[in-house]
Amino acid sequence: MNQKYMLPLIGVFLLFLLAYAGVEGANMQWAFGIIFPYLAVILFIGGFIYRVYGWASSAVPFRIPTTCGQQKSLPWIKQNCIDNPDTASGVFVRMVLEIFLFRSLFRNTKAGFARDETNRLSFSWEIFLWVGALAFHYSFLVVLLRHLRFFLTPVPACVRFLEYLDGIIQIGLPGIFLSGIVLIAAVLFLLARRIFDGKVSYISLASDYFPLFLIIGIAATGISMRYFTKVDIVSVKEFIMSLVTFHPSIPEGVGGLFYAHLFMVSVLFAYLPISKLMHIGGIFLSPTRNMANNTRAKRHINPWNYNVKTHTYEEYENHFRDKMIEAGLPVDKKE
Amino acid sequence: MADELKPDELLDKIDHTPARGSWMDTSVQIRPGMYCYAAKAESVETLGLPNARAWNPLEDDWKLPENWQEILHNGLKERLEKFRTFKIFMDICVRCGACADKCHFFLGTGDPKNMPVLRAELLRSVYRNDFTHAGKILQSISGASKIAGNRPLTLDVLKEWWYYFFQCTECRRCSVFCPYGIDTAEITIIGRELLNLLGLNIDWIATPVSNCYQTGNHLGIQPHAFKDMLDFFTEDIEEITGVNVEPQFNKKGADILFITPSGDVFADPGTYTCQGYLILFKYLKDKYDLDVTWSTYASEGGNFGFFTSHETMKRLNAKMFAEAKRLGVKWILGGECGHMWRVIHQYMDTMNGPADFLEEPVNPITGTKFENAKSTKMVHICEFTADLIKHGKLELDKSRNSNISLTYHDSCNTARGMGLLEEPRYIMNNVCDNFFEMPENTIKEQTFCCGSGAGLNAGENIELRMAGGLPRANAVKYVHEKFGVTHLCCICAIDRAVFPTLMEYWVPEVDVIGIHELVGNALILPGEQKRTTDLRMEPLPGMEEEEMEDEDE
Repeated sequence: MNQKYMLPLIGVFLLFLLAYAGVEGANMQWAFGIIFPYLAVILFIGGFIYRVYGWASSAVPFRIPTTCGQQKSLPWIKQNCIDNPDTASGVFVRMVLEIFLFRSLFRNTKAGFARDETNRLSFSWEIFLWVGALAFHYSFLVVLLRHLRFFLTPVPACVRFLEYLDGIIQIGLPGIFLSGIVLIAAVLFLLARRIFDGKVSYISLASDYFPLFLIIGIAATGISMRYFTKVDIVSVKEFIMSLVTFHPSIPEGVGGLFYAHLFMVSVLFAYLPISKLMHIGGIFLSPTRNMANNTRAKRHINPWNYNVKTHTYEEYENHFRDKMIEAGLPVDKKE
Repeated sequence: MADELKPDELLDKIDHTPARGSWMDTSVQIRPGMYCYAAKAESVETLGLPNARAWNPLEDDWKLPENWQEILHNGLKERLEKFRTFKIFMDICVRCGACADKCHFFLGTGDPKNMPVLRAELLRSVYRNDFTHAGKILQSISGASKIAGNRPLTLDVLKEWWYYFFQCTECRRCSVFCPYGIDTAEITIIGRELLNLLGLNIDWIATPVSNCYQTGNHLGIQPHAFKDMLDFFTEDIEEITGVNVEPQFNKKGADILFITPSGDVFADPGTYTCQGYLILFKYLKDKYDLDVTWSTYASEGGNFGFFTSHETMKRLNAKMFAEAKRLGVKWILGGECGHMWRVIHQYMDTMNGPADFLEEPVNPITGTKFENAKSTKMVHICEFTADLIKHGKLELDKSRNSNISLTYHDSCNTARGMGLLEEPRYIMNNVCDNFFEMPENTIKEQTFCCGSGAGLNAGENIELRMAGGLPRANAVKYVHEKFGVTHLCCICAIDRAVFPTLMEYWVPEVDVIGIHELVGNALILPGEQKRTTDLRMEPLPGMEEEEMEDEDE
């Protein structure tokens, strides 16, 4: 058994059990329903700000974007304004495409190595990671936005419209939300990649598996409450509203499954700032993407630039003067 | 040359599927053929860099200062504050694996620690252990650290850093594919900077750096010898064209200072590119009275300081502006080189500017303002020549290159650290009729490294170089077989130095050529005699018989 994924799996299962048993067996609704969620939100907001502030307080000494297209040079050569931007607007478009469409990942290729007389290396377009990542992030976003219905009274029209779209395929009652299915499928794909792709498996750490299992746990408990155990939605909404308005009160008739769901969400929020999940914030600050490639046109200032010892022309000439004169090279001082 | 390892044997060794288990369980094996010799003490001393001494990577004792862990810890801490890139790249990698098979060293060696993500993890594992709250908590739980991918900085870890940070050519190909733009070059640059705090450079970098600092160029060519080399080319060119193209040196008040890598002055086939420059400047002098000077003081375009530390890079680069100021030129023109242009384009003005003593560069012949270089005031010779050709200012005879079938290698640095893609292609298409691109995923921003960049073009690490150059050579082989390509064209002095060996190993039928060699062949000098040979003294197309007669006489 591979510890790298068995331990996170067991960990997530224990988290689930802890909340479920804590509520069903020890009546600790106040802990899993009130204390942990509040604590998680504090840790999330505080931690997120702390991390972003930490990055922002590091200097950006050089303007070193990775250029992925033709530079701006001669007027008759067509510049690639997005992949090699020289203006703020170009950078903006590049960042929007990067953040919302994962443009760099879209380029992904897969190397093949023909083990025959040609020994040819070939590189084919590899779209699956991009599709999986995009499906995962967007379905997660839709699920999150749908949950706003529990936090807002009245439920805003845009949330209801999103729900309508998400449930547009009507099978049985309650209607199926596509986002939940896509989310589970995408996470399972990403997990399978980590376990079965030799290269990805080799580089993966326990901290890569943990969030995946946690999200699977969250999605699975959410789906079971909606479709199978049919949690009392009205009580849940009242409870969430009591948290939002800082008058927390434990509802009647909501079982351990709900608290397990809520607890795992709390863990995810608290965990986010201390983990790689901070890529959510980091992508905005990545200097190879968010800077214009105009370093020769517009001087970039390094806040810690300092003077260095150089070997001056004078020292050079002093060293080589005789040889230079002999070779007929001009010198500043004749002797 | 890698006599021990034939191409087939090298290919047989490649396995892109790593073994199961954890990469931390395998400790580093420093293997001959894959590493470069240690920096000589005297070269490290020239610049007053720390811990100059004789040492050998194969020996157990690396003669480190007693408090080496403390030095590295503090060095790491300082750089996390000084470089946002470094801090963010330490924090946000999700290990998606998109970069894994993008590295030429991974593709050529199959060593999983050459996957860019793992190269970074070598450092990240120590960062997580020593600089994150989670890492510090996990240290107290036995076994937890390792499962979380954290580890303390031990001597083994240090050796692993050294081995793998000198198996990265800082080509940035992985960075193109990373969804967060994580740039392994940046991590390697800082990794090497940390190693240099302990005097752990390789000699192929340290000695050129020392030469460049003292003598003005990597090869340590002294001023009179530098002049001799160019005089020698002048004689050759006169024999071929009948025109004396004698260059000017250290001339005060010239219009333009020209700086190119010293490799072009010293080593074939770069020397022919250098002759191309001489012919171009003579042409511009005679036709348009453009006054170009060379410098013996700033006689190096390349900057191996870039492969040592940011500070060393700055110390070497300072000569360019200093010499331009001393000579009172209007602006600077830079020759064909890869990392030289990364430094000029993305670092020079910030480090050693502002160049307020120079003028915003304008091509006096065409009137073109080089808007993209108006602050640094240094123009790439491909931008310059492309502009001249576009305006019909050069009289070219393409047929002199008609026996050549070209493909073009985009240098990593000009492609991914600048975006100089179309200018060289425009020139090539104007001086040669037969141009064929290599496959799409191996050119432009996806270009493959020569496998010997970033100071790794030594002799002792030849297996590494041949393995790292495999993806590039493989694409050349493809166009050679499909289109009959005879020449691999490039705009980088390191490329010109290393491709002949790489081609000989993988695609022996293909020769290496620089763009301005092609220009030099095609350009019709005022008053030139009928040329019968190209710059390599090989008969021009259609002149084979005349050449034979000449030889008979």
